[in-house]
Amino acid sequence: MSESLRMFQERFPDTKVFEKNPRRLYLTIPREKLTAAARFLHAERGMRLSIATGIDTRDGFEVLYHFSEDTTGIIYTIKVFAPKDDPRIEAQGSWFPAAQWIEREMHELLGIEFIGHPNPAPLLTSDTDWEPGRFPLRRDYERRNEAHER
Amino acid sequence: MSGEQKQRRIVPIGPYHPLQEEPEFFKLIVEGETVVDLEIHIGYNHRGHEFISPELTYDQVPFLVERICGICSDSHPLAAVLAIEDCAGIKPPPRANYIRSIIHELERIHSHLLWVGLAGHFIGYNTVWMWAWRYREHILEVFEMITGNRNHYGAHKPGGVRWDIKPEQIPQIEAVLDVVEKKTMMLTKAVLDDPVIRARLEGVGILTKEQALAWSVVGPTARASGVDIDVRRDDPHAAYDQVPWDVIVLPEGDVFAKAKVRLLEIFESVKIIRGCLKNLPDGPIDIRIDEVPAGEGIGRTEAPRGEVFHYIRSDGSNRPLRHKIRAPSYMNIASNVVAVRGGSIADAALTLAAVDPCYCCTERMAAFEDGKLKFTGNELLRLSWEKTEKVRERFK
Amino acid sequence: MKDLRLWGLKKSPWVYHLAAASCNNCDIEILELLTPRYDVERFGVVLVGSPRHADALLVTGVINRKSLPRVLEVYEQTPKPCLVIAIGTCACNCHIFRNSYNAVGPYDKHIPVHAYIPGCPPKPEAMIMGVVKALSKL
Repeated sequence: MSESLRMFQERFPDTKVFEKNPRRLYLTIPREKLTAAARFLHAERGMRLSIATGIDTRDGFEVLYHFSEDTTGIIYTIKVFAPKDDPRIEAQGSWFPAAQWIEREMHELLGIEFIGHPNPAPLLTSDTDWEPGRFPLRRDYERRNEAHER
Repeated sequence: MSGEQKQRRIVPIGPYHPLQEEPEFFKLIVEGETVVDLEIHIGYNHRGHEFISPELTYDQVPFLVERICGICSDSHPLAAVLAIEDCAGIKPPPRANYIRSIIHELERIHSHLLWVGLAGHFIGYNTVWMWAWRYREHILEVFEMITGNRNHYGAHKPGGVRWDIKPEQIPQIEAVLDVVEKKTMMLTKAVLDDPVIRARLEGVGILTKEQALAWSVVGPTARASGVDIDVRRDDPHAAYDQVPWDVIVLPEGDVFAKAKVRLLEIFESVKIIRGCLKNLPDGPIDIRIDEVPAGEGIGRTEAPRGEVFHYIRSDGSNRPLRHKIRAPSYMNIASNVVAVRGGSIADAALTLAAVDPCYCCTERMAAFEDGKLKFTGNELLRLSWEKTEKVRERFK
Repeated sequence: MKDLRLWGLKKSPWVYHLAAASCNNCDIEILELLTPRYDVERFGVVLVGSPRHADALLVTGVINRKSLPRVLEVYEQTPKPCLVIAIGTCACNCHIFRNSYNAVGPYDKHIPVHAYIPGCPPKPEAMIMGVVKALSKL
């Protein structure tokens, strides 16, 4: 077992660990502990944020923060859940600049709200031709052939 | 409005520029000649790959992600198939691994030469541009020979590669490598020894190690700031752990260090390709995948610009449920906000170009003062060239 | 008068390169035309820095929602008559991006297009041939 994982489990005993293979670890934690866990991985263990992924599943939103430990080549993925009726998560961009863009992107494409984000403006979609409240990466988004409609 | 704020001007760069690459929009906030802040607006190039990918089968996904970027059109398919293979828990045969490394490194050579050429264009050295792009052509010819296309290679598929390297092609590839290595050596010496280029690039657009870590930058941008990361070494895939090569790390963090890292990496790539061609094992180039079970997989690889990251969630069908793509420039461009601060406008174009995202905004750059056009796009390039001329006179 | 203007377009066309949401590949291949291997400046083809100087627009990529107003603005700035040459399959018919929520269609839905050069990316030789064919139709 890797050093970082052992320390992580000591610090956050309610972690559910899934080891896909020795280089890919998935750590599921309650969403209240996200900031503490991310701070631990970045500030104390010196890991780099690769990216975060937002997924809309049947049971709610999953947000995955992928941290890369470059000394060992292991990716630690912190997984948190947010229910559909309350899609809110603490923003990591408030203390970690690398997370700012991706949280803006998840906010506009999935509709997850990041509490305390310094600049939650849309990142990718058009400033003139986009209805707010359209979230194309959600499951219930209606697919249509837009290029040929217009 | 306070007196200090009144003197601030906004210099918009982009979103359209005639040279090349994707449209992006930078808003430089300047006081006199000095850049005090930068706002970045992206999305002019947003095509929704993550939205289209779940509509395609796993065999089609590499062709989609190949079309994210035409310069690193090998890294995205490689990272995507690594993610699919990670999810399915399979390993490609050894020959496929070696061919993956060869194609991936050939791409790095052509991408770095492309950057060096355009960086030369920006400081008014069009000779460097023409040279670098001329030798880059040889690499594209090799691609056409191996894969049938100059740019989108279609080389990878889950479980292996699509194109084999035939024995009679190996001497031809080696001959091209000899030419490219020799000419790049000449170019490297010419660029690194030129006092004018040194004066123009050294100390410009510095990104310190602390900033590099806080913004989680990747690739040559990070390695030029003293951050010793390289996915090829840290998370071995393809044949990178089978052949000898080194990671180039420099501590300075300025544009000169970034240029030097890229130039020196070309020689490492040549070393890797030679090693792979020499030890190329026999055997099949792909294996059959019957199903991708439900689960998740992460694939990452070192593109010319840094780490490419792909995450795939599978529900057991033949299409991904979610496909997350992270290109290296996503992290690197964001770090420009700190790198251009405190520099002059003439250096800004170069600093923005140094992370290798988009240099060509320059020609569409226009400076507005009190609503009136102050500089046009070409004038900004001229400003950069004039600075080089001034520096050049100092060395006469 | 119109004949004179068209006649003026035929020789030494100045081109402006406009990428909407492209993948750089066609764009790089256009630049490739200027470098020593193909060197179209021999024939007086010059890549200009402003659409106001352009005789022909080389357009690449699908248009997306954010770039559409900018594309229209660039087209308006060009002196007419102006040839529009769509380079690459994306510019001709949206390619694999036709189902994306952000694509608003190929160029010919929004501005008149005079020549189509399909390919992903088209080879530089094909681009030269396309431009020559478009000019010879004038």
